[in-house]
Amino acid sequence: MNTHAINTHAILAIYKFEMSRTLRTIWQSIVSPVISTSLYFVVFGAAIGSRITEIEGVAYGAFIVPGLIMLMLLTQSTMNASFGIYFPRFTGTIYELLSAPVSSFEIACGYVGAAATKSIILGLIILATSWLFVPLHIAHPFWMLTFLVLTAITFSLFGFIIGIWADGFEQLQIIPLLIITPLTFLGGTFYSTHVLPPFWQTVTLFNPVVYLISGFRWSFFEIADVSPLVSLGMTLVFLCVCLVTIWWIFKTGYRLKK
Amino acid sequence: MEPGLARARTAAYMPVAAPLLLREKSMTSIISINGLSKTYASGFQALKSINLDIKRGEIFALLGPNGAGKTTLIGVICGIVNPTAGTVTVDGHDIAGDYRAARSLIGLVPQELTTDAFETVWATVSFSRGLFGKPKNPAYIEKILKDLSLWDKKDNKIMTLSGGMKRRVLIAKALSHEPQVLFLDEPTAGVDVELRKDMWQVVRDLRASGVTIILTTHYIEEAEDMADRIGVISKGEIILVENKAELMRKLGKKQLTLHLQKPLDAVPAELAAHNLALADDGNELVFTYDTNAERTGVTALLSDLARLNIRFRDLQTTQSSLEDIFIGLVTDRPAASAGVAP
Repeated sequence: MNTHAINTHAILAIYKFEMSRTLRTIWQSIVSPVISTSLYFVVFGAAIGSRITEIEGVAYGAFIVPGLIMLMLLTQSTMNASFGIYFPRFTGTIYELLSAPVSSFEIACGYVGAAATKSIILGLIILATSWLFVPLHIAHPFWMLTFLVLTAITFSLFGFIIGIWADGFEQLQIIPLLIITPLTFLGGTFYSTHVLPPFWQTVTLFNPVVYLISGFRWSFFEIADVSPLVSLGMTLVFLCVCLVTIWWIFKTGYRLKK
Repeated sequence: MEPGLARARTAAYMPVAAPLLLREKSMTSIISINGLSKTYASGFQALKSINLDIKRGEIFALLGPNGAGKTTLIGVICGIVNPTAGTVTVDGHDIAGDYRAARSLIGLVPQELTTDAFETVWATVSFSRGLFGKPKNPAYIEKILKDLSLWDKKDNKIMTLSGGMKRRVLIAKALSHEPQVLFLDEPTAGVDVELRKDMWQVVRDLRASGVTIILTTHYIEEAEDMADRIGVISKGEIILVENKAELMRKLGKKQLTLHLQKPLDAVPAELAAHNLALADDGNELVFTYDTNAERTGVTALLSDLARLNIRFRDLQTTQSSLEDIFIGLVTDRPAASAGVAP
């Protein structure tokens, strides 16, 4: 009916717009997360980590690398994508997006694509940085990249939803700070969930981030809290939930149209 | 005005097939609005079953007091507001079912100066063109920026520009994808005289190239200068659509107020032939006349006053503002006269 062709010019325009925003704010968007993650390596990996015994045959400093990359990936994807779509709502420039001949799919592609790209670049920079601190071996590079890309996309989609839902800058910050960061810390960033008592191990399984970190860590060291296939499956489930939510948002105009 | 601003603008906007299209379709309407209603979640009914046709190639001025529904109506047509009921087609394309085709024909200059503050002028205008699905065309963007006297600001961040310049940027963005229909929502609110002149020149050139223009304004002079037809909207209803000439004749009433040296109890019988009324406890004599009439009767009135030795300290003339006219059009007669009576 109305989808004769995909408006690729629009997707590219949004993507480029968002990427140039990233470059414009390179200190905040690239340098600062890299520095803060490096601090984790210094403190937990080198300083404290040297006094911690190996976890399941992996040196502690190396063990936390996948968890830290995930921590950064989740918070940065969410924050970047949420800010990307919230800012035009806040300033009012969203009028142009709504009046343009673009579909919800194309808008999401542009914003989420840019946010995910940035997160993936960040993830790779942090991975490279971690090599400076700890010896690393990646058992399954393909799966490592797959988890990295899927997680970046999923949480950029999630951030996009937050950016549409948020009614102020405070709400924009609440989800990453009060939900994602705690879930990541409790999801096995710094420890294997196997060290927990059985009851808490079960509770942990309700934390979606456990699956992401576990799968990602498996691609490095072949050790996992849950089966890597379950991790992959759960990641894809989150991805689908986010996609359906975004489809619904644009169908109803929720928080976008009056 | 910047030198060369008005030069050779028309040709650039002229689509290749414009003359043919104009001839074939000049009598058809480019926008058809049928039974359009909008009720907001709060229960406020912003539009009440609007029916309106905009003719291809015309300049249509939509007038109405604040809150009348002008911006909502534009919002629905452009896809920013979801209608509650009714249909709108743009050049035959339904705005919901065939939104891609409909929206690519439309350029919108919003009322608020909403811009991407950190972007450069060039980047933001190029972004708009891409968003509307058009391939890059730096020569065309350059043309628009030059026409709008923005060329020397093309690398400036928008936040460094003045309000008037920002308004030009919004117009450049709206024109970036070569629209067939241009919406200008209060384009001259808070804009200085110079820019207004520039802007109207651009609008005239666009019209000459076959672009249909719909504008909202508070200023009657603007509607008078620019529009072919005028629609008045009030409380969500289109209460009048008329050719400008006809409307101007109706709206051309003017009042001459004479501040008398000595108050009068009543209008003297000798002056009964003039359309006079007393105001301010008899201290003012108000003469209502039609500026478009061959004889306004002002000279006769003044000589009659001199003959009767009615002297006045001061005099002033006032023309009904659009706001007054809206009130006159939308308020019930008893209420309207109650407002005038002392």
